[in-house]
Amino acid sequence: MRVRYQQEKVVEPNATWASDFEAAPKREDGVETTTLSGMEVRPLYTSGDLSTRPEEVPGQYPYTRGIHPGGYRSRLWTMRQFSGFATAEQTNNRYKYLLASGQTGLSVAFDMPTLMGQDSDAPTSRGEIGHCGVAIDSLADMETLFAGIPLGTVSTSMTINSPAAVLLCMYLAVAEKQGVPFTKVNGTLQNDILKEFIAQKEYIFPPEPSMRLVVDSIEYCAKEVPRWNTVSISGYHIREAGSTAAQELAFTLADGFAYVDACIERGLAVDDFVPRLSFFFDAHIDFFEEIAKFRAARRIWARRMREKYGARDERSWKLRFHTQTAGVSLTAQQPELNVARTAVEALAAVLGGTQSLHTNAMDEVLALPTDKAARIALRTQQMIAYETGVANTVDPLGGSYFIENLTDRMEEEAEAYFERIDSFGGVIPAIEAGFMQREIADSAFRHQQELEQKRRVVVGVNEFLSDEDEELEILRIPLSLEQEQVERLREVRRTRDSASVSRTLEQVREAASSPGKNLMPHILDAVRARCTEGEIMGAMVDVFGLYTEKAII
Amino acid sequence: MVEQRDPSVRHLLESLGGTVRPARVVGLTGAPGTGKSTLADSLVALLRSRDQAVAVIAVDPNSPFTGGAILGDRIRMQRHALDPKVYIRSMGARGHMGGLSVATREAIRLMGAFGFDWVLLETVGVGQSELEVAAIADTTLVVLTPGQGDGVQMIKAGIMEIADVFVVNKADLPGAQKTVQEVRSMLSMAALLPPRSAGKAGDGAKTWRPPIVTAIALKGEGTREVMDAVEKHQQFQKSSGEAGQRAEARLKDEAADLVGEWARAEARRLLDTEPALSSRLLRDRVPYAAAEEILTRQGRELVPEAARSRDP
Amino acid sequence: MASRAPVRPLRIVMAKVGLDGHDRGVKVVARALRDAGYEVVYTGLRQTPEMVVDAALQEDAQVIGLSLHSGAHMTLFPAVVEELRKRDATDIVVFGGGIIPDEDIAELKQLGVAELFTPGTPLQDIVEWLRRRFPDSQPASDA
Repeated sequence: MRVRYQQEKVVEPNATWASDFEAAPKREDGVETTTLSGMEVRPLYTSGDLSTRPEEVPGQYPYTRGIHPGGYRSRLWTMRQFSGFATAEQTNNRYKYLLASGQTGLSVAFDMPTLMGQDSDAPTSRGEIGHCGVAIDSLADMETLFAGIPLGTVSTSMTINSPAAVLLCMYLAVAEKQGVPFTKVNGTLQNDILKEFIAQKEYIFPPEPSMRLVVDSIEYCAKEVPRWNTVSISGYHIREAGSTAAQELAFTLADGFAYVDACIERGLAVDDFVPRLSFFFDAHIDFFEEIAKFRAARRIWARRMREKYGARDERSWKLRFHTQTAGVSLTAQQPELNVARTAVEALAAVLGGTQSLHTNAMDEVLALPTDKAARIALRTQQMIAYETGVANTVDPLGGSYFIENLTDRMEEEAEAYFERIDSFGGVIPAIEAGFMQREIADSAFRHQQELEQKRRVVVGVNEFLSDEDEELEILRIPLSLEQEQVERLREVRRTRDSASVSRTLEQVREAASSPGKNLMPHILDAVRARCTEGEIMGAMVDVFGLYTEKAII
Repeated sequence: MVEQRDPSVRHLLESLGGTVRPARVVGLTGAPGTGKSTLADSLVALLRSRDQAVAVIAVDPNSPFTGGAILGDRIRMQRHALDPKVYIRSMGARGHMGGLSVATREAIRLMGAFGFDWVLLETVGVGQSELEVAAIADTTLVVLTPGQGDGVQMIKAGIMEIADVFVVNKADLPGAQKTVQEVRSMLSMAALLPPRSAGKAGDGAKTWRPPIVTAIALKGEGTREVMDAVEKHQQFQKSSGEAGQRAEARLKDEAADLVGEWARAEARRLLDTEPALSSRLLRDRVPYAAAEEILTRQGRELVPEAARSRDP
Repeated sequence: MASRAPVRPLRIVMAKVGLDGHDRGVKVVARALRDAGYEVVYTGLRQTPEMVVDAALQEDAQVIGLSLHSGAHMTLFPAVVEELRKRDATDIVVFGGGIIPDEDIAELKQLGVAELFTPGTPLQDIVEWLRRRFPDSQPASDA
């Protein structure tokens, strides 16, 4: 489905502009005038740069200008700040603080051992507990995490991948305890295993069983938890690993197509599950490039869903996404400047029409955010929403010669990548051949070289340095916390019924060995029996094995 | 020590010399992406299950410009990470002729001395490296995957001649059978040519026909069959006397390479330190006279000091 | 320029210790070190201190470079140094990079980590540091 847009020749309508520009002084700082991703940017764009295409309207196919006719006039984006640290209890307090401050949805960050399916008392968890998120070992911790928070009304996003099914079952078990029917449970699970193989590397099982588990969760939720967004197909991590904007766009959408293919193969009807797939993108610092990327994403997804997959439900055509401002753009030097960077990036996400947004705190380069930094990050979104006026009209940059031209080019680059991925035989063969990983490693290295040659500037890092660097107060996780968490875990192990534990784990193992079975109900049973995350994951590792990547440098 | 080309390694190796049973060397070669490291990992696991001690030498190319290298093959063998009877060593192929071969042979000898039963020698399979591996290994595996380009790939200079065993890896991919067929037909064409086992005085009946084994290294499938083929080949070499012939040929190669390495190093040193020699060279503008002078001048010692024989 | 007898380039084992999988930095550094003429043995993700030291010994490396972004550096970096001590290999130099707050640097150095490179450090700085530290290990020149 290669796309090439008809463009009229680049015309300078005012013939004297060209010679005026020639004669005008040029900057001599040696800084690149291409986008951060290396796309060409001319000094001027005019009506001649618009392609010949029927005018697009928000809320109408192919949704380039937005999936809703009224945009933010109907409803503002969800201000969803990702957070979690240390213990379930401390995180619970932070959630209540954020909800009271006006945050409209919860987002859970888990610690490394939890992300990697390990219990807090595993030897590999030493030194890692609670640092980059909250430690969750069993249902008991999950209950503490959401104590006093009504899961029937608050929507929660959980950022977890390989063990996602387990954590989702824990969440459902908490809702069950609160008396909330599954049909009312609302939220998102990241659950995007393909990008783990490509970029974030939090994989556990090999690709095949990993995909099976994802499809199991999609199938289960389509029937039992219809308001749940089953996968947040992510580009953020791909971008943070060093990809260009076009690569982020292409690899993410390609992953999306792969999930759709896998579910169709399972026998699910397209319109039964596609409406619950969502996306997660990065908002980096090159302002216009990001906006073009978001618009191109909507257009590409809509066309594919309708024309290739034959989806008939409009909701299947509409790409919904969450955005996070780029962690990788934050600096440790003169960190207060990160507030400004985040604001610019957030603005790009809003002008790109994001459905929900997380803004980084200024001290996140070094550690988890303090209360103050977290508050400023949230206030930044509120300032944009209520003070700047950008939410008053839908897709305000639509029609801009530059933006429309850039959107078209973004789309073309993505399509070129789709072809290359297809030539490998699809996403998984491409991953195993190391294709995406190589592209990412190459552009990461290129970027670093540009920085060192000062062809790109990062204020405070390679230019405009400052001697007086303020000492930032950093949130520290005391090591004593590890012991506390391990104690809590031991208590759970002591007080539960070991017969149910062995029985339910055996059932998980059995279901895992039977490709026709859906693992979700069995994992749910194990969760209810107070099996730990490590035990449930361990039972699946017994069947699926572990994955070792082939490193592409 | 061996990699540093420290000449005194000679004395170490001589003292260990004939008292040790040498390790059996299996070479793995093939184009990048065919799964050699994964196969090596599988073979290590199998050999370990038989309580054999295994060393793996994984060779990656050095950059010809900077001399640096990124050596990443260990990663595929994580599960053997803390096993004391598995030794994994990455080596950069320093890019010049002979350097890799001598250093690697010395390393292999040392490994035999330290009690390793097997050495797996894995190379990237670009340029000349296949031939270098085959010259060193007792048994050479050539690893292919389905759909790996066309038949032209396979006729790549020397591949057919050096393979003792063909492994078609990733055999679960489409086209696996076709690849097996292609190799088979190549082999039957090659069979019409004089046998590769040289020096056998025309004994055509006793030639080794390289078997074609399919495998899915990622799943550990086919590993046993590969090992069986290797052991059959080793048996054949022993009984046909080929083992002895190859060993002889190898030692000769190695001696010649060593002469080259020592002479080259000394020549370099002399050219830098004897003004008479270098000015002659500059006058001539061609190297012949200078080279002849270096090699033939009486009393000239071309063996590096630390390597000289200690016999009186 | 006098031609030298081939000298072995410096061997550096680069590893990510702990569970964290952010490998952009370690890969970029690995490439830069290769371009500077060093031999880099990349041991990949999820290495334990024992695995890293084992690899360094097998590979006869003179340097170990550790990368960590998950906040566990105060446990894992010193653990590597300790493991080197146990294996009587304290001549191997350890440096680290990743998310490391300034205030931790002094303590890590006291515990035996030779140098730490925080976010934003130019690659050249790392290369220069290695060159100063190991002036005799010139990149391999062809003989």
